[in-house]
Amino acid sequence: MSIQLRFGPVLDAWRELAAGIWLTLQLSAGAMVLGLLLAIGCAWLKLYGPRPARFAVNVYVEVVRNTPFLVQIFFIFFGLPAAGLRLSPDAAALLALVVNVGAYATEIIRAGIESVSHGQVEAGLALGLRRLQVFRLVVLKPALRAVYPALTSQFILLMLTSSVVSAISANDLTSVANNVQSRTFTSFEVYIVVTLIYLALSLAFSALFAAIDRRVFAYPVAR
Amino acid sequence: MLRQFGPAEALFIVAAVQWTLALSGIAFLGGGIGGLAVALARVSPQAGLRRLATGFIQLFQGTPLLMQLFLVFFGANAFGLGLNPWLAAAIALTLNASAFLGEIWRGAIQSVPTGQWEAGTALGLHYGRLMRLVVLPQAARVAVAPTVGFLVQLIKGTSLAAIIGFTELTRAGQIINNATFRPFLVFGLVATLYFALCWPLSLLAGRIERRMAAGRAR
Repeated sequence: MSIQLRFGPVLDAWRELAAGIWLTLQLSAGAMVLGLLLAIGCAWLKLYGPRPARFAVNVYVEVVRNTPFLVQIFFIFFGLPAAGLRLSPDAAALLALVVNVGAYATEIIRAGIESVSHGQVEAGLALGLRRLQVFRLVVLKPALRAVYPALTSQFILLMLTSSVVSAISANDLTSVANNVQSRTFTSFEVYIVVTLIYLALSLAFSALFAAIDRRVFAYPVAR
Repeated sequence: MLRQFGPAEALFIVAAVQWTLALSGIAFLGGGIGGLAVALARVSPQAGLRRLATGFIQLFQGTPLLMQLFLVFFGANAFGLGLNPWLAAAIALTLNASAFLGEIWRGAIQSVPTGQWEAGTALGLHYGRLMRLVVLPQAARVAVAPTVGFLVQLIKGTSLAAIIGFTELTRAGQIINNATFRPFLVFGLVATLYFALCWPLSLLAGRIERRMAAGRAR
C-alpha cells in the first residue's frame, strides 16, 4: 500500500478556490441578511399577529427545523419549476438558505423580543408611539443585542450548511472543490484543503464577531 | 420514459426510512461512546488531553458535515481501503456525533457543582469512582434534553449520505424523482417522513427542558 498525496494541482487552482471562498461568503451573507428580515417579520407575527398568522409561522418554523436542508433545497430546486417557476441553481440555493435560516432566526429573535421587559413597551405606548413604532424603536435593538451571540453562531452554521448547495451545482466553495477534483483526480487533497478553508473561515468569523461584541455592546446593561 | 408515481414508488421511499434509522442509530451509539470519551478528555486533569479534545471538537464543529463525509469517503479510497458509502457515512457521522455529544456532555459535567466533586474526593473516591458514582449521574440529568435535541440534528445529517450515494431516505427520493419527475409529491413525502421522525423528538426535548427549568426554579 503506497500513499501519495499530491497537493500541487490543488494549490495551482488557488484562483478558483479564492473565487469559491468569495462565492460562499456572498451566498452566506446574502442569505443571512434576507433571512434576518424574514425572521424579524415572522417573530413579530408570532408574538403580535392574528391567530392564523401565528399558526402559519409555527408550522413554517417547525417544518424547517425538523427536515434536512438537503430535502428543502431539492424541494425548492426541483419542485418550483414543476409549479411553473424556473429558478437557476444559484437562485434556488439562496432561496433555500433564506427559508432555512429564517426559521432558526425566528425562534432566536422571538426569544430576544420576549427578553425585553414589558415596562419598556408600556413606556413606549405611554409616550404615544404606535405598536409598530414601539417594536421598531424600543424593542428591536435591545432584543437584537440580547441574541447577538446566538445570531452570530447561526451565521457560522449557515456558512457551513451552505456547502450542501453544491448538491444542485449552485456556485460555492464546495462546488469549486468538486470541479477541481474531477479535473485533477486529487479528491482527497482538494477536500482536505477546502475543509481547512472552512475551518479557517469559522474561526476567523467567531473571532471577528467576538471583537465586534466587545466593541459595540461593551456598555453596561441594566438587567 | 417517465414512470407513474404509484404505490410501489411510495413504498420504496417509505422502506428507505429503515436505512436512515439504521445510520442514525449506529452514529448515535458510536457517537455516544466517542462523545463520553471526548467529554471526559475535555474535563481531564491532564492539559494535553484537554487540548486534544478541544481541537477535535473545534475541527468537527467548524467544518461542514458534507466535507467530513467527503474526507472519510475519498480519504479511505486514497489509502486504498475502498470504503462503501454506507461504511463511510457511518464512520463520518460517528466522528461528528462524538464531537457534538462530547461538547454537550462536557457542559453537563461542568454544571455539576464543585462541592460535589470536593465531597467525593473528601470521601476518598478515586477519579474513576468519583466520575461514575457522583458526577456522571448528576450530569446525565442535565444532558438529556440537549442530547435528544442533537438526535434530531443527527437524523437530518444522515441525509447528506445521499450525496456520496448511500440509498437512505433522501437518496430514495432522488431516485424516484428521477424516474417519475413528480418533485412536489416525492420530496413532500420525503420531508413528511423526516418530520414524522424528528418532530416528536423535538417536542420531547422541549418538554424535558421546561421540566428541568421548572425544577431549578423551585
